[in-house]
Amino acid sequence: MTLGKFIERLAQLVPVLLGVSLIVFLMMSLTPGDPVEIMLGDQHVTPEQEQALRHDLGLDRPPHERFLVFIGNALQGDFGTSFYHRRPVGEVIAERLPATIELTLVAMILALVTAIPLGVLAAVKKSTIFDKASTVGSLLGVSMPHFWFGILLLMLFAVHLHWLPVAGRIDYEYQVEPITHLLLVDSLLRGNIAAFGNALSHIILPALTLGLAMGAILMRVTRTSMLEVMRADYVRFAEAKGLARHRILFRHALKNALIPTVTVAALETGTLLGGNMIVETIFGWPGLGRLVVESIFQRNYPLVQAAVLFYAVTYVMLNFLADILYTILNPRVKL
Amino acid sequence: MTTAVPASSAGASSAASPDRAARTQSPFWRNMRKFADNRLALASGVVVLLFVVMAVAAPLIAPHDPNATDLFRRLQPPAWMAGGEWAYPLGCDALGRDILSRIIYGARISIFIGTAVILVATTIGILAGLAAGYLRGWVDTAISRLVDILLAFPYLIFAIGLMAMMGPGLSNIVIALAYKEWVIPCRVVRGETLAAREMEYVEAARALGAGRARIMWREILPNILSPVVVVSTIRMANVIILEASLSFLGLGVQPPTASWGSMVADGRAFMLEAWWVSTFPGLAILLLVLSLNVASQGLRDAFDPKFHD
Repeated sequence: MTLGKFIERLAQLVPVLLGVSLIVFLMMSLTPGDPVEIMLGDQHVTPEQEQALRHDLGLDRPPHERFLVFIGNALQGDFGTSFYHRRPVGEVIAERLPATIELTLVAMILALVTAIPLGVLAAVKKSTIFDKASTVGSLLGVSMPHFWFGILLLMLFAVHLHWLPVAGRIDYEYQVEPITHLLLVDSLLRGNIAAFGNALSHIILPALTLGLAMGAILMRVTRTSMLEVMRADYVRFAEAKGLARHRILFRHALKNALIPTVTVAALETGTLLGGNMIVETIFGWPGLGRLVVESIFQRNYPLVQAAVLFYAVTYVMLNFLADILYTILNPRVKL
Repeated sequence: MTTAVPASSAGASSAASPDRAARTQSPFWRNMRKFADNRLALASGVVVLLFVVMAVAAPLIAPHDPNATDLFRRLQPPAWMAGGEWAYPLGCDALGRDILSRIIYGARISIFIGTAVILVATTIGILAGLAAGYLRGWVDTAISRLVDILLAFPYLIFAIGLMAMMGPGLSNIVIALAYKEWVIPCRVVRGETLAAREMEYVEAARALGAGRARIMWREILPNILSPVVVVSTIRMANVIILEASLSFLGLGVQPPTASWGSMVADGRAFMLEAWWVSTFPGLAILLLVLSLNVASQGLRDAFDPKFHD
């Protein structure tokens, strides 16, 4: 892909991002209830003070001006003040984000590490018991409600067997000086193996819950694309040449079969972002998803607005990256 | 032993019911027969139908009032466990309400919301998709851009954002989910319409002076309906999970109305002493969604020859 095409594709994102911002802005503006009253809560203020606060928040301006101010501020990372925390929304989100990123990454790795070998095996052993079991497994994975699966895992491994912790990211007795703010990485970088083990034991259940549906989808995609590739002429030619089966599978077939898997994985990250809200709530994971759910009940709208915008922009960028990745992996496809 | 049917009699019967003969020959019925040959898909379809019957006939089937509390039966275990009784086969929740009755009534919410969202979304999607695909020009550009923008939101986050703004409630859930759901049938219809508008039968209708609305509605729509129906069935399972997720988070149907998602949430606090409170409603969601997924895959395989692996 040429640089010109890349820039053209990037430019196409601008109207989408503007539209996304407009929808998020409208969501906030059409909300019933006065933000000033919500912010003041039970505090008694004079009408003048209330008017001054309304002016400070820009709520006395016409909607189109407020939208332009919203966009301008958002571009500078200013999403207003969290009603609940009384601090800038950006700051509160930045604190919670690493936990969500860490959980999403581990869920994604778990999904890929299990889905690819199982998908390849299902294709190689097509129509056998293993293939049928994998079909049933992936259907179950797609149909399983996140929140219920998480609770089942909690009941079994945390409550009854006591193998894994019930909630949180790490036990209080472990202190890890942050470098990347990803606990697993930081504890390794600091050489604190005990903290690493503790953080790992905390992340396993939420990551499994979050990655289940993604793993199920990726397994089906890998199986289907592997079957397709194994029917291709170059694989048949390799077989006719007498190449060893494992060499054909891993050197020739898998390389091409993985293209759709990688692309779908990038696209499915959006689903993981949504799933985070549920999983973080169940497992008391101190991430952005749980913060958003808490903020909804606190009617902390600036934070909900900023988080929805953040998720949507991340999702758009991930889709964009998936497109780019697809053209890099498969040069026959043009943007 | 087989009985030979005289040719004349067969001919007479098909002459007597030409509609029926035409119906059995039509691609739709041929595909439906293909679907019926897939036993697993057919069985799953039957399970879905049973859930529908359960939802419709809930007042007749449910052994108890789903909202009737009885604190003497607080967290009573299922019938086969010590302390359980067969009058309350799946046990009771923290307020002593019968879990089976609440599951039966909960089916109403899941199936009503699933059906309502799909109907609203498919209707909007068909109208928008037909307009975009047939009229092209600025209509297509406007609709396609809107679709792109809505696709930019992860589904659950969009629904959560909307529910946070609109507040909980049955009609709000339908609106929140349909807001984004319509883009999927819209994309399918637009694509099919783009292909159909170049077909000879559409050109013939145009040559005969048919108006744009008539061509879209009477000529194109009946010919592109199959993929839309299949996609809608596939999406229904997803909508049911989303509704349950919203109710689980407390943003969906409000208490005391029985909803599977909120029932699972209610049981979280009693995981240690009463596993059944969360487990059975979750199983109901899994069974319905799994059956819908298998049945819709069967439909897709029967209607679309591209999907045979």
